[in-house]
Amino acid sequence: MSKKRSLKRSKIIDKTVGYILLTILALFFLFPLIYMVTTSLNPDESDIVSKMGSIEAFIPTDVSLKNYFGDSSAEDADLTENKGVTGRMNFGRFMFNSIFIVSCTVVAGLIVNSMLAFGLARFSFKGRALLVSLIVALMIIPFEAIAIPLLWLVNIFNWLDSYHVQIIPFIANPFYIFLFYQFFIQFPKALEEAAIIDGASWFKIYWKVALPLSKPILSSVAILHFLTQWGFFLWPLMVTRGEEYRPLPVAMQQFFGQYPRDWGDIMAFASMMTIPVLILFIILQGQFVNSVKSSGIK
Amino acid sequence: MTSELNKKKRKAILIFILPGLVLLGVFIILPFFMSFGLSFTNQRILSRLPTQFVGLRNYERLFKDDQFLIGLKNNMIFALIVVPVQTILALGMALVVNKNLKGVKIFRTAYFMPTVTTMVVVSVVWSFMYNPQGIINNFMQAITFGKWETIDFLKNSSWAFPAIMLMSIWQGAGFQMLIFLAGLQEIPKMLYEASTIDGANKWKQFFYITLPQLRNTTTFVLISTTILSLRLFDQIKIMTNGGPNDSTYTVILHLYNSGFTKQKVGYASAMTVVFFVIVLIISIIQRLLLREQREV
Repeated sequence: MSKKRSLKRSKIIDKTVGYILLTILALFFLFPLIYMVTTSLNPDESDIVSKMGSIEAFIPTDVSLKNYFGDSSAEDADLTENKGVTGRMNFGRFMFNSIFIVSCTVVAGLIVNSMLAFGLARFSFKGRALLVSLIVALMIIPFEAIAIPLLWLVNIFNWLDSYHVQIIPFIANPFYIFLFYQFFIQFPKALEEAAIIDGASWFKIYWKVALPLSKPILSSVAILHFLTQWGFFLWPLMVTRGEEYRPLPVAMQQFFGQYPRDWGDIMAFASMMTIPVLILFIILQGQFVNSVKSSGIK
Repeated sequence: MTSELNKKKRKAILIFILPGLVLLGVFIILPFFMSFGLSFTNQRILSRLPTQFVGLRNYERLFKDDQFLIGLKNNMIFALIVVPVQTILALGMALVVNKNLKGVKIFRTAYFMPTVTTMVVVSVVWSFMYNPQGIINNFMQAITFGKWETIDFLKNSSWAFPAIMLMSIWQGAGFQMLIFLAGLQEIPKMLYEASTIDGANKWKQFFYITLPQLRNTTTFVLISTTILSLRLFDQIKIMTNGGPNDSTYTVILHLYNSGFTKQKVGYASAMTVVFFVIVLIISIIQRLLLREQREV
């Protein structure tokens, strides 16, 4: 009886310790993000600076979206501090650039990578095994190990300062091809034999049979590809000069480099760039978790 | 009939594999081999002088280039500190999250949020927190009862790099946690049940079941974090640009400065080759370790 009770007690202690640890970790991981949002909502820059070191920074006294969209009703609406992010720069343009570049890359990547993987997994032909090992070998090459010669190459193509220079080189990716390949190779042979007797073409088998069965791997690859491209910084920093084709990360860096720094505006920029992705992440959480797991089989 | 089918099949194969192969060929394989070729020349991006073959001169210069060597040393220090700390933290988090507690999924979501946040944004937010009047200085003052002296973290050559390390751990731990979590969930429950009957306590279970069963996962996490440490660039470029006094200078920042800013493509290509060889050695070690464990 007493043994049972002590077991129960130790379980309660175990649980309490567990929750305390979980909460401390959650504070550690969340507070910079919360800090970013609360600071962005504070319209008064001097108030931000005076409170930035204290816990009060998390409790906005005066909440407004002035840092985001400016305050057109202010007496001096033309002053930089009253313009907000969208008034100080062409934020919409950068947002469009990022969304456009990332969605083109991800959609084209899904098609090209899955097709190549399908070809390698479902056909037998000379040199197939060699191609598969080539793709596995290519997975080792990090982008930084080709960045400079690639820069030289696209300069010869006259591609600098464009959308396609940020899209085309990043469509085919050996790692995503490998993920698709591992998935397609598991399908039973009978699958396409049946389809061929029905008179379906290979492309139909790929489009109507293989892809619909591959939804989990499609979403994993799409998420991984999206995350890398959305935050991609080194390459656009080298290949975009003007504002026309500049994506969000480079725009953020340039905005951050302008003095005097207006922390409210900077945090508004950071929030606008982050919150949509975080919301997407919360909605698609299960798929996110799977995509990370699949990256672990490399 | 069969030959016609074969012809059709051959055409289908080409349609499926050609687009991907061409893109891989032009944008990965070609630049990869070009970096070897260019590394023996004095190629620049824009130059009126003709390109010349210079033999091993770029490599000779590289190993005498103080900034490259400082960068390499900094990358190694970064890996030596961040890899173990981040791995242990991620494993600890995975163990806590793996407990059968209510609402644990919400916590898992919270831990993963920094990973979803772009590094450029993370760098900007942490620059704000590292400010001399910022929250980190005040927090340190509070827990040391005012003995802490205010530091301008990112402008102090002994603090800037550790500050960037802490931030990088914060950003990366959630990702590794999920990898560990996947590994933990694959350990057969039977192993724990059997050892409980044998009277093993939790610590024994951790050291004799959990850790050995996680060997492959741990190898993967260690190696991939090491390679990420070598690729360090975004946060450095935003927060310190390599300063103060080169205390946060890294190989990739040097690659960027030589190849892009100074447009010395030949020299940067030599650096690219050396960088790749280092990554290759680490990857080969990983494959060997993993193979060994699979055979055992």
